[in-house]
Amino acid sequence: MKKNIIAILMLFPLIAFAQKTVKGTILDTNNTPIFGASIYWENSQIGTNSDENGNFTIKTLESNKQLVVSFIGYKTQKLSIDNLNKTTIVLTADNQLDEVNIQTRRKSSNRPSYVVKNIINVNKAELLKAACCNLAESFETNPSIDVNYSDALTGTKQIKMLGLTSPYIQIVQENIPNIRGAAQTYGLTFTPGTWVESIQITKGAGSVVNGYESITGQINAELVKPSTDKKVFLNAYSSLNGRLELNTHFNTKVSDKWDTGLYLHGNLRDKKIDNNNDNFLDAPLTKQVNIMNRWQYTDTDKGWVSFINLRYLTDQKTTGEIDFNPTIHKNTTTFWGSEIETERFETSAKIGYVFPELPYKSFGLQVAYSYHNQDSYFGLKDYNINHKSVYANLIYNSIISDTRNKFVTGISTTFDKFDELVLATNYKRNEKSVGAFFEYNYDNLNDLSLSAGIRVDHHNLLETFITPRLHLKYIPWETGTFRLSAGRGKKSAAIFAENQWLFGTNRTINIINNNGEFYGLNPEIAWNYGASFTQKFNLFNRKGDIVFDFYKTDFNQQIIVDMENPSEISFYNVSSKSKANSFQVEVNYSPFMHFSIKTAYKYQDINNGYISGSKQQPLQPKNRFFTNLSYETHQSENGGNWKFDYTYNWQSKQRLPDTSIYTAAYQLPEYADAHISMNAQITKVFSPRFEWYIGGENLTNHQQKTPILGADNPFGTNFDSSIVYSSVLGAMYYTGIRFNIE
Amino acid sequence: MKKTILIIAVLFIGISTQAQKKNKNAKITFEVNGICEMCKDRIEKAVLKTKGVKFCSWSIETHQLSLIMDERKVDELTIHKNIAAVGHDTKKVKATVEAYNNLHGCCKYDRENPQYGH
Repeated sequence: MKKNIIAILMLFPLIAFAQKTVKGTILDTNNTPIFGASIYWENSQIGTNSDENGNFTIKTLESNKQLVVSFIGYKTQKLSIDNLNKTTIVLTADNQLDEVNIQTRRKSSNRPSYVVKNIINVNKAELLKAACCNLAESFETNPSIDVNYSDALTGTKQIKMLGLTSPYIQIVQENIPNIRGAAQTYGLTFTPGTWVESIQITKGAGSVVNGYESITGQINAELVKPSTDKKVFLNAYSSLNGRLELNTHFNTKVSDKWDTGLYLHGNLRDKKIDNNNDNFLDAPLTKQVNIMNRWQYTDTDKGWVSFINLRYLTDQKTTGEIDFNPTIHKNTTTFWGSEIETERFETSAKIGYVFPELPYKSFGLQVAYSYHNQDSYFGLKDYNINHKSVYANLIYNSIISDTRNKFVTGISTTFDKFDELVLATNYKRNEKSVGAFFEYNYDNLNDLSLSAGIRVDHHNLLETFITPRLHLKYIPWETGTFRLSAGRGKKSAAIFAENQWLFGTNRTINIINNNGEFYGLNPEIAWNYGASFTQKFNLFNRKGDIVFDFYKTDFNQQIIVDMENPSEISFYNVSSKSKANSFQVEVNYSPFMHFSIKTAYKYQDINNGYISGSKQQPLQPKNRFFTNLSYETHQSENGGNWKFDYTYNWQSKQRLPDTSIYTAAYQLPEYADAHISMNAQITKVFSPRFEWYIGGENLTNHQQKTPILGADNPFGTNFDSSIVYSSVLGAMYYTGIRFNIE
Repeated sequence: MKKTILIIAVLFIGISTQAQKKNKNAKITFEVNGICEMCKDRIEKAVLKTKGVKFCSWSIETHQLSLIMDERKVDELTIHKNIAAVGHDTKKVKATVEAYNNLHGCCKYDRENPQYGH
């Protein structure tokens, strides 16, 4: 309307000869000026709009005295203007034209029913439920992933899926394999939480497109994009136990095709804490600087998209006895201490092209390089690892006859160079692979879809092998989704990088040589089978769903980490003896508006085929019960509200490794008791620009009594910091702010 | 002379048929009546199940159906017919009353004055 009037006005410049004007102000019933109301003479082309103070000026017409004033949401008024004095026009709201704003709440974590694979999508809203500082901690509100401490010294969180540790999960960042090799133990803590836009968790065999390594599943972390992230973002976090974190993002548009973002993260813990009085730090002193620069290129007309990433990180951890001072006590037995210094540089580029005329046809190229160097010592034990990695993947997407039959095919190549110093032994190896893959995706547009993939790889140490993966989805009725999956995975094992907790013990390291290529060991091969069923329901007119997952991992060949003998850690190959079964039932329901419940029960039976006989995996609860409640108040007009989040976790008893040869004070029972942990967070959103949060972890203050065995004599035989089944730190409270400029 | 004309004419016919060579990836767009997400699903299914159609997308906002088809295998009218068969009108082929009545209540678009957006 406004535009039309302006356009028309411009077409009739001559009318501007009229000399007299009417001035006025337009207000609503609350005396607030109305900006942008239309004012025009009836049946004429003379009109104007009110300014931000509600004022307008309109030229008079000799022939016409009927002025029409209208504004959306208000009753249109017609007035006769007889005198040319300033008039005030009050518009009353038109009740028949109330603005209707329909909001549908998208679930913060859901399993999209249209995808073939069993994928749990975790979006930003879910990630904000806990002030998760890094990727490892962002799974605490998700029942499909278990988060534990890897050891009592470094405070590193470790994740498990289907009861198996993270090396069996393929962790990719924007579909480029990222946390592997040397980054296996601490890698998850190197991705700051604010950088993560969303996470996709694939349960069971992954996709062949990303390689052969995934066994229990795949986790993809999508990072924030320069074109869609806030122009400026700032997050500051502080916890009562002395952890400080600062995150800033700066995003800018460089040209109509290029966007760039600079992301800075720093964290620091310089406060020494020993609440359990074992003379050892309960959490390490840490320092991390993490910088990422992203470039995004978009040319939708021509069909080109590209991302270029550069990242540099330096991380320092110091742990050990309270009085340990690295400059004085390093390499001595005065005090036990450890320093872990990591430097990592990575760069990646992705180029994608979609044929503008054929939207189903595209190709993509991913290339990545990473340099990872860790220098560390644990007491008198040295452990250094240097890992350089190159990755390239060329992907082509198209269809067979029509879009019901799609395929992805391509070739990939990897190169990994490892150089390790373990105590006094040097290990070096180069891994090279080249592979080709083909994945066929079928959708009958009704009730059946499948994804069948196969890849062939030639690897200098793993030889030539085939990796098949199959996913099937069937919709028996409108509200139900049934999924099946099966697939094979194979991986080389970086046994020291993956199990760095072993350096925090005085156990002797024993590798039972099998003449294999990896520290004398053969690679790991496993099959994973899974079935899942999702049923949506409507209870008391509110939506919900229930999910049943059953997954089974069968190892054809495994590397067992055996700590059944209290004086040693053994690594050896076993064949077809180990089994991991995982069953999970999960209910998601929203009993009333703004309130949602996620509750899950999980049964995980992990059986290891030790030389000494088959036994349950130690430090692994068989039963777990999980509940997450979240409530939000209604959003006010300026977008502010309160958010409340609560997570409850119950873990059943856990089998502990044998400690019978230790002195009586450090002998542990056969099983650790079941325990509960609770986390809660309150967020006050003042506006879409600014929010403040406060939260607590481990609210019941459940603490493991003796997380470090033999703490009184860390150079003696009893010393063992690897048996962690509960929290080392007690209750922990934190607060922080988030601020952004759009 | 007559012969020459004939030859030239034949040559031209040859060239013009050459010019009408069927396109493997012909892109066409036309209007289809419908209302909602369910209509979209139904229309796209009917189109995609037509042999020779490679890709299609129907817009709820504009009612435009754009598709890519292999002209050697299918002609446009067949697609119109298949859309009409599941109850949706196009400018060229109207659905039968029976097919229209079979539509879900939500999908019963106004056959005279189609509404855009829903």
